Amino acid sequence: MKSNARELTISILKFNPHNSNSRPTMVDYKIKERPGMSLFLALSTIREKLDHDLAFDFVCRAGICGSCGMLVNGKPQLACKTQTKDYKNGKITLMPMPAFEIIKDLSVDTGKWMNGMSKRVGSWIHTSESTDIGKVERRIDPEVAYDTFELDRCIECGICVASCATKIMRPDFVGAVGLNRVVRFSIDPYDERTDSDFYEVIGDDNGIFGCMSLMGCEDHCPKDIPLQHKIAYMRRKMVDQRNT
Amino acid sequence: MKIHYCDALVIGGGLAGLRSAVAANNKGLNVTVISMVPVKRSHSAAAQGGMQASLGNSKMSQGDNEDLHFADTVKGSDWGCDQEVARMFVNTAPKAIRELASWGVPWTRIKEGARTAIINAEKTTIVEEPDVNGLIHSRDFGGTKKWRTCYSADATGHSMLFGVANEALKRDIEIQDRKEAISLIHKDDQCYGAVVRDLITGELSAYVAKGTMIATGGYGRIYRTTTNAVICEGIGHALALETGKVPLGNMEAVQFHPTPIVPSGILLTEGCRGDGGVLRDKDGHRFMPDYEPEKKELASRDVVARRMMEHIKKGKGVGDGKESYVWLDISILGREHIERNLRDVQDIAITFNGIDPADEGKAGWMPVHPAQHYSMGGIRTDRTGQTRLNGLFSAGEAACWDLHGFNRLGGNSVSEAVVSGMIIGNYFADHCLSNDINISTNYVQEAIRMQDLELDRILTLEGPEDIFEIKARMQDIMDNKVGVFRNGIELKEAVTELEELYLKTNDITVKAKNKIHNDELTEAYRVPKMLKIALCVAKGARDRTESRGAHFREDYEKRDDENWLSRTLAYWRLESDTLPDLEYEPLDITTMELPPGFRGYGKKGNILEHPDSEIRQKEVDTIRNKMVREGKDRIEIQEAIMPYELQREYKALNYRVGDRT
Ligand SMILES: Cc1cc2nc3c(=O)[nH]c(=O)nc-3n(C[C@H](O)[C@H](O)[C@H](O)COP(=O)(O)OP(=O)(O)OC[C@H]3O[C@@H](n4cnc5c(N)ncnc54)[C@H](O)[C@@H]3O)c2cc1C
Ligand code: SF4
Ligand code: FES
Repeated sequence: MKSNARELTISILKFNPHNSNSRPTMVDYKIKERPGMSLFLALSTIREKLDHDLAFDFVCRAGICGSCGMLVNGKPQLACKTQTKDYKNGKITLMPMPAFEIIKDLSVDTGKWMNGMSKRVGSWIHTSESTDIGKVERRIDPEVAYDTFELDRCIECGICVASCATKIMRPDFVGAVGLNRVVRFSIDPYDERTDSDFYEVIGDDNGIFGCMSLMGCEDHCPKDIPLQHKIAYMRRKMVDQRNT
Repeated sequence: MKIHYCDALVIGGGLAGLRSAVAANNKGLNVTVISMVPVKRSHSAAAQGGMQASLGNSKMSQGDNEDLHFADTVKGSDWGCDQEVARMFVNTAPKAIRELASWGVPWTRIKEGARTAIINAEKTTIVEEPDVNGLIHSRDFGGTKKWRTCYSADATGHSMLFGVANEALKRDIEIQDRKEAISLIHKDDQCYGAVVRDLITGELSAYVAKGTMIATGGYGRIYRTTTNAVICEGIGHALALETGKVPLGNMEAVQFHPTPIVPSGILLTEGCRGDGGVLRDKDGHRFMPDYEPEKKELASRDVVARRMMEHIKKGKGVGDGKESYVWLDISILGREHIERNLRDVQDIAITFNGIDPADEGKAGWMPVHPAQHYSMGGIRTDRTGQTRLNGLFSAGEAACWDLHGFNRLGGNSVSEAVVSGMIIGNYFADHCLSNDINISTNYVQEAIRMQDLELDRILTLEGPEDIFEIKARMQDIMDNKVGVFRNGIELKEAVTELEELYLKTNDITVKAKNKIHNDELTEAYRVPKMLKIALCVAKGARDRTESRGAHFREDYEKRDDENWLSRTLAYWRLESDTLPDLEYEPLDITTMELPPGFRGYGKKGNILEHPDSEIRQKEVDTIRNKMVREGKDRIEIQEAIMPYELQREYKALNYRVGDRT
């Protein structure tokens, strides 16, 4: 098995915006493939053996934390969940996700963007009630709790933003992740905001009316969140708001 | 050189750090949280299975209360924990879960009526009463009397972390990510903050605060096979240790989880077994009932991990030698259950192993083998979370508050992270409110300069060694000699070899000389810190000549209460030291609510008893019997046996649906 392992060629866009001498350059790295190799293992090997200066982000390496989105042969996806064996000719090109500030090479600042989005849509429970935490909790319909959880599963990886055509035309577009977040809170019984409150936040072309339903987000979302369906649902509600 | 001032500095933005920050913000303090990664990516997000709290809502958890949760936790810890801390914890956990619900954590809720569950590999029908419909549900986890683990499907940690992080966003708490604390600023016996490295620009700056909290999580990456994230390197522990004043407690108490998937070491949650999954050997035989007739797959983690290894050693594993593993079978739970409640597990198995665990029969079995998972030990604190440096606190997995002793129960850790954020967070905030600091700018500037000089020093080293290789060797030593089964000979070798490696970190060359975006340099300052942690673990394990909880010695198979009912304290007193100095802090049986005894699982007759245990047990029984006769309730009785202090809002009664109040 070891002797006839394939050689992989991984081409990576290197660029350091903090260094005025740096120009975006593609660099090829050749490594031996190992059984069950993910891009996490491949990139770690490259950084350890071939290029200590290469920047990328991994935390959980299990598809849970949303750190490692990048363009793999042009497709935005989680690198830690990408297996090298799926690339038949052994050639893989890696680029940073567009739409986010580049930190260096494959590392982009999704965290900062997501914080901005979260603050913009008010990504927390808005309520006038105070909870007595010694008392039995409020009852929530199990199906409603499950529906909320379904949308709460978003890991803020930014892949939907990186695969969104609207985002390219409208830099301030809140993204599928932002619209999904609004739907998540709108169905959460703990949140008291009304449709008209949400209309204030997303009732424009940088929000719900910006989406052109091209489905890039849903096709690539690693958590399989039904983004199109939820965005359509929200759009209908927001249209009602606009008409009132 | 920049100096950032705040009232309260929190290092680490996982559940413990963020919840502590909220506590400090509640009291009107100006808080700064720093984190290596965007906080929502902290390792807390990876917790799948759930959070223990004795709500007692669902059928299988009816009758649950703080007393049962307390007893399970103490037994789980193999009597290594601080029982007063355990009491503080179990009384606050139900409040934590209810608070999180109000912050938007979508806990799985109970649906009234009948449902099928798999219990002991058989289909069973459970009927939920109408009066619990819509309340928070719970599942079964190892080592617990009741089904106590609350969950949101199998992304519990993620939902909890987002809930707490969103709360911090709402309060506009200052959070700075991609910042790494690399040393503490301290003088005499007072902590003043930390020197912090910006991981984007490489710039060093100082964060000065009235109180500093270390909530940096675990140190699993000193091992090669671990379920931990790549950032769990124990740097926070090293910060405290390197002050020379703050000891690390019980570092040899390392948990190995039974069911990480082979070979990546990615965790498959205990929820798999909690929901009814079973372990099978190469013949497809379900072997756990042979070893643990009562608790079977759901004995505590240390016991299940050892039984698996024992079975593999008998030649019953799949594959050969070190690569040998057993199967985890959840296919018996049915596709519908898996796709709703264990979806992340399914996703991991499909992505990383090409196995769909919902496929019937052998096709769906997943290969598993124990791997490092959790650090019970950590920065030793008192019950308020303060360390031996005034103004330095610690909470969460990083700390040895000592809730877990020598083994922690599944679901008790995210629970501890949040609960300690509430309790310790409050004590921490009180400290920041009532203490002022006075430190010269010169002293702070000097602290930054020292770190800068240290990086310069590393860059000038010109030795033959390679830092990546040193790290890899450390991880192999830890895996091979400080693992599930330990013995004196190998542990002695491990200590010697780790010490040699530590010395070799001064014999390296860092090829590129730039101070930022230089992974080799980053490793060159982190690996010596990791080696210090590894040495605390290995030396602690070498010297502890007994077996307790997760620490198992083949040459000393018994738990030895007579000689070892104590907590190990590891100090790194001088910078020039190459080994930690160990001291022991005895645990006092005469004040325990639950004196040492048999855990109810694991091998019987494996205890060398302490004479005090029997005496104390009699005392406790006498008090209890008398008070029961007098008609006192369980809370009064508890208070009489082992009084403990806790903030009033957390000490308050927890109402349950069964109370009918
Ligand atoms: C795969 C997996 C599954 C688990 N499942 C469960 C479960 O089901 N139930 C359960 O109870 N427990 C579970 N656990 C354990 C539990 O998740 C952790 O113990 C707990 O979340 C730790 O929380 P924390 O806040 O202490 O640390 P973490 O969440 O690890 O946060 C640490 C923080 O510190 C920061 N940091 C670290 N070092 C530095 C530094 N030097 N400078 C600045 N910042 C730093 C990090 O960026 C991060 O923000 C699981 C653990 C793993 C590995
Ligand atoms: S919606 Fe999906 S693609 Fe978008 S950030 Fe969330 S998880 Fe990622
Ligand atoms: S590293 Fe966490 S999702 Fe890839």
